[in-house]
Amino acid sequence: MSEPLLEVKNLKTYFYTLRGIVRAVDDVSFELYRGESLGLAGESGCGKSTLAFSLIRLVPPPGKISGGTIIFEGRDVTKMSEEEFRREVRWRGISMIFQGAMNVLNPVYTIGDQIAEVFMIHKGYSKREGLEEAKKLLQLVGIEPRRVKSYPFELSGGMKQRAVIAMALALSPPLVIADEPTTALDVVVQAQILNLMKRLKNELRTSIMLISHDLSIIAEVADKIAIMYGGKIVEYGPSDLVYNNPRHPYTRALLNSIPRLRGEIRDLTWIPGTPPDLINPPPGCRFHPRCPHAMERCKKEEPPVVEVDRNHYVACWLYTK
Amino acid sequence: MSEVQVYKPVLDKQTKLVVNGLKVYFPLRKSFVEVLMRKPRLYVRAVDGVSFDVKDGEVFALAGESGCGKTTTGKAVLKLVETTSGSTYYLPSRGIMESNPYYALYKKVSEYGHIDLQGIPDKLFKPLRRDIQMIWQDPYGSLNPRRTIFEILSEALEIHGVGSTKSEREDIVAKALEEVKLTPASEFMYRYPHMLSGGQRQRVGIARALILKPSLIVADEPVSMLDVSIRAEILQLMMELKKIHGLTYIFITHDLALARYISNRIAIMYLGKIVELGDARRVIENPYHPYTKALVEAIPEPNPERRHVIKEPSIKGEVPSPINVPTGCRFHPRCVALDQHPELEELCKKKEPPLIEIEPGRYVACWLYTKK
Repeated sequence: MSEPLLEVKNLKTYFYTLRGIVRAVDDVSFELYRGESLGLAGESGCGKSTLAFSLIRLVPPPGKISGGTIIFEGRDVTKMSEEEFRREVRWRGISMIFQGAMNVLNPVYTIGDQIAEVFMIHKGYSKREGLEEAKKLLQLVGIEPRRVKSYPFELSGGMKQRAVIAMALALSPPLVIADEPTTALDVVVQAQILNLMKRLKNELRTSIMLISHDLSIIAEVADKIAIMYGGKIVEYGPSDLVYNNPRHPYTRALLNSIPRLRGEIRDLTWIPGTPPDLINPPPGCRFHPRCPHAMERCKKEEPPVVEVDRNHYVACWLYTK
Repeated sequence: MSEVQVYKPVLDKQTKLVVNGLKVYFPLRKSFVEVLMRKPRLYVRAVDGVSFDVKDGEVFALAGESGCGKTTTGKAVLKLVETTSGSTYYLPSRGIMESNPYYALYKKVSEYGHIDLQGIPDKLFKPLRRDIQMIWQDPYGSLNPRRTIFEILSEALEIHGVGSTKSEREDIVAKALEEVKLTPASEFMYRYPHMLSGGQRQRVGIARALILKPSLIVADEPVSMLDVSIRAEILQLMMELKKIHGLTYIFITHDLALARYISNRIAIMYLGKIVELGDARRVIENPYHPYTKALVEAIPEPNPERRHVIKEPSIKGEVPSPINVPTGCRFHPRCVALDQHPELEELCKKKEPPLIEIEPGRYVACWLYTKK
């Protein structure tokens, strides 16, 4: 296979707070090829958004990338200067659809102005040229081009979300990170937005990294899945394998907690307890206090990552011989 | 042909609550120019003629997209919003009736002791508030960040004069916290909301709703702000408490998959009206109304095969404004079934379809089924 578009190796992003070091992303590795989509799932506070912010180097202080490499299109972006990164990678190479996209638009500018700004800053276009480009982008995401003159309050939630997606696509980046792109949207609008993302993936061959706590949303888009728990990836593999044959007890529990639309009604299960404190994570496997299969060993030693199936990796002592 | 049966809520011994023709309109402010031109006042028709009944001990779900009026309906039951017209009849629990000095003053509307909630002045309604409580959607916004859990929970006790000393109240609060499994209660009692996780906060919300021993609880999207992985735990807790205390729930939700698991009956709302009503499993597994069909189709499922297909939900456009509700069937501008049945066009555009029974216990408001 060719070079991966993005290769993350042993990435560590820590927050240096007064109470201690929060290991939000702790030794995470994965890779993503062109046109492929990765779903990143986990409960709130597991570090999935921090991982996304690390990739575009927007980790808010006191957080910073403390180790590991992020190789994007063959270059280590963690070694770049801020200016170089801003000019060459952020938005041109990797763009992001932020969480709560309903509120990320500036209420006092028209959406056309806000999209045109991307072109004015990154490509040196004039405002008129930028607005022309904005019109094309709005058309691409399914909004009438005349809406460039609309203010955010004049648009419905779904349209605002589309406008934010248009903004992320402005410079046709090979990788778009979508952080919970459909929270706060109604199911019908959510289905439309997910369809839009599928189309972008198929037609523009954009790689998508979709972040969500809801595995049913990720299933709609992702070819590959990474399940994060307590700052670490605990299961990683092709989505067919992860959904149909989940190995890690955490992944199984996540899948069993989703209410289904069809079939028999079994009692829903849940994951007891609360996610770990990332300042003092539990020793050994971080999931062991909540795990139904926890053994003595899990409390002491951290499980290594093993390949249980082709390209399907799990970090759990259950699968270590 | 048999007579079509238009839906009418039942008022009998098992009925906890009847909502009949409920309308809640919010007036819009007129601009200066509109006042000068004597334009008529416009209204947001949040709830526009909703009728249903809730049986004692039932979980009744009100479902629909945002802006369909499901929360407003719930609030109207608690008299938290002023209703424009319609009536709500409520059967108070026995304990409340005996200790309530005003009980004799209430207007009874049935031999079983149902009370007309709309007819009661606010002052007389206060003792009844103990009996109808609400669980709010947002566990982050609904707890005062500057008060301890004890202060939050004991406020209701103070207002209703339950427990005369602080230590008595502490006992009641501790019991309520243990009930929602926040143990040790003595430790949680003096924490502030920011020290709790989302799931724990929602437990506090549930404890607050239960502390006055109500019999009807309106739960407004109680788990939508929580992670999927802990939703089941909160729901399980709600169901356990229902069994222990013999509660009745009105469960407001947008999540049909969830409603299928926990509710007995469901009403699907669209733009302030009920479009489909019936047994929850049957409605969701085999929907009749074109809107319900579209809603069910749009729900994502944890099936990786779905990434290969792009299937647009069978619904057109966006939700119209509740200020200018479309004429006739309010769903007609978005209806795809209408495209397949052009012969109905006249009817759908001009006349509002009634909610009729098409199977025992299944009601649909759609002209497609009325003609058969």
